[in-house]
Amino acid sequence: MYQYDQYDQAIVDARVEEFRDQVKRRLAGEITEDQFKPLRLMNGLYLQLHAYMLRVAIPYGTLSGKQMRMLGHIARKYDRDYGHFTTRQNLQYNWIKLEDTPDILADLASVEMHAIQTSGNCIRNISSDQYAGAAADEVADPRPWAELLRQWSTFHPEFSYLPRKFKIAVIASEEDRAAMRLHDIGIELVRRDGVLGARVFVGGGMGRTPMIAPEIAEFVKADDLLSYVEACLRVYNRYGRRDNAYKARIKILIHELGADEYRRQVADEFAHVKTLGIDPPLAELERITAYFAPPAYEQGISDDIDRSDPDFALWLDQNVKAHKQPGYAIVNISLKPIGGIPGDATSDQIDLMAELAEKYGFDELRVTHAQNIVLPHVAKRDLYAIWQALDAAGLANANLDLVSDIIACPGLDYCSLANARSIPVAQKIAERFADLDRQRDIGELKLKISGCINACGHHHAGHIGILGVDKKGIENYQLTLGGSGAEDTSIGKIIGPGFDEDGIVDAVERAIEKYREVRTPGERFLDTYRRVGADVFKGAIYG
Amino acid sequence: MKIVTGNDLKTGDVIWWTGKGWSRHYGEAVDVVDAADTVIASESAAQRVNAAYAVDAEASPNGPLPLHIKDRVRAAGPTVRADLGINPAVPIVKG
Ligand code: HEM
Ligand code: SF4
Repeated sequence: MYQYDQYDQAIVDARVEEFRDQVKRRLAGEITEDQFKPLRLMNGLYLQLHAYMLRVAIPYGTLSGKQMRMLGHIARKYDRDYGHFTTRQNLQYNWIKLEDTPDILADLASVEMHAIQTSGNCIRNISSDQYAGAAADEVADPRPWAELLRQWSTFHPEFSYLPRKFKIAVIASEEDRAAMRLHDIGIELVRRDGVLGARVFVGGGMGRTPMIAPEIAEFVKADDLLSYVEACLRVYNRYGRRDNAYKARIKILIHELGADEYRRQVADEFAHVKTLGIDPPLAELERITAYFAPPAYEQGISDDIDRSDPDFALWLDQNVKAHKQPGYAIVNISLKPIGGIPGDATSDQIDLMAELAEKYGFDELRVTHAQNIVLPHVAKRDLYAIWQALDAAGLANANLDLVSDIIACPGLDYCSLANARSIPVAQKIAERFADLDRQRDIGELKLKISGCINACGHHHAGHIGILGVDKKGIENYQLTLGGSGAEDTSIGKIIGPGFDEDGIVDAVERAIEKYREVRTPGERFLDTYRRVGADVFKGAIYG
Repeated sequence: MKIVTGNDLKTGDVIWWTGKGWSRHYGEAVDVVDAADTVIASESAAQRVNAAYAVDAEASPNGPLPLHIKDRVRAAGPTVRADLGINPAVPIVKG
């Protein structure tokens, strides 16, 4: 894992002290809320429906055991004993006191973490593949590149007041586990004739106007990547709309200019930027890459696993994925117990996951955009012990990628922008499909719920998506079908009139039963939907 | 009727204007009639409240109850964590 150098640590420490002073002045009444609000937002502190909310950045979703423990400690000491892992691979605390915030940020800084650039119109936390460094199908490890982008984008003076927020994802395999094309910039590392480079997709996003990023460059040499990304942002920073927040994201600019014209402008800008020497010297790149060297795997250990415990075997089949190193596996810890709150974990659960990472997982954890946790490098012989520990803590839910592995934003239970609650809908659907045999029969099904059109819950990318709307002061839910955030990215389509809370659960069940009726062997829900079309489902849902 | 709510500056707690000060219980809110702007201006200036605003409310057995669902959730606490709310019995959904 990357470790802060003296500069990283110095800027983060300085920011904590600066914010401590700002909070002191605010509490003393020396500055008004209007003056203070932009300052607190620059440090990840929002005022939400019930209280202050702190969003902590987890760079490309990667954490050490020590960092994870600190998240648990903060939840226990300053919040109400839990945290919420988000679709942006971050963590949010819902009950933070303003007066405690400087101490919390100091605690975070002590483990090389912060909440900088988790709000505002800047480059946000870079997201990546949760299996980075472990997946057999990657052409390179995306993390050094994500880290390079993190360093480049942190306090980047030119890009701290962009027209709107900016989200970048980096992946390195054809299978997209990070919804790459639904980011402002999506980078897919590829090799061409042995040379490392990237396909660059620009102008994707969800929210009110969902768009799939078009490919702007089919191959940018790795040596040019930073300059190219800088050029992409410069064109946006110059021409992106600042007059209308709803039209300010880069997706709108590219949509209006057309991909060809945007590409041309980026090429012009790139020719200039490349002369500025932004791309790191090889030595710096090697310095960063060294932090992501593979862990000290034991060689020649067994691939055999004793499957005699049937519950363990189910979990193994559903939540454990192949690792590139023989004898090792990738463990997915689902934060989606039936009837629970998607993405929430208690302080004790957070501590336990940290402990398992330290004991069995080379001290590494990942947060996934599906609001789950990953132990990326685990010896197969340790799987049973890990499963037993998880099971005792309510963390052995064997439902990865199944219908109850629901992404849900905080919705009206926590979020001041919401139209409707998301979490109770997720709970009711999970309870309806609680039977694991039934879930496994249904197979891969990505169900995603947002409480408003901002789409924090990725509903546009759900095989089944649910969007909360306000119908004359009453919560109402729209159903979309056919979305995907994977390599076959698509935006779901609204299927018809909305439902109330119970109605939406029934509608989801009718859609799923229709799929079971008409699917052909091996087809996922999404495949069947794409083959037979919306009308078949519409008929089943509305009768 | 109109009641005034906001968040406690230091703790962030949801609070309601009682006519004399602020309470964490919505039922202790008072109808400010047309004085919302004055209350918000003076209380904000005195740093006693953050992000204050006025909401429509109706009488209920427990005192004034906000009309809009969002404010009812604020009054109740997260409906999915009754253990955390200070007024979990607030009826959220208008029947
Ligand atoms: C509760 C506080 C939150 C607020 C106020 C908030 C606000 C917003 C807003 C305004 C947008 C739309 C921005 C735009 O299109 O320009 C947005 C998008 C988004 N947010 Fe949130 N959000 C919150 C929580 C979350 C959480 C908890 C998650 C993760 C579960 C999240 C993940 C996202 C994602 C993935 C998008 C879509 C990105 C895109 O448009 O490309 N947000 N959020
Ligand atoms: S989608 Fe809407 S309701 Fe959900 S967290 Fe985002 S802004 Fe809040």
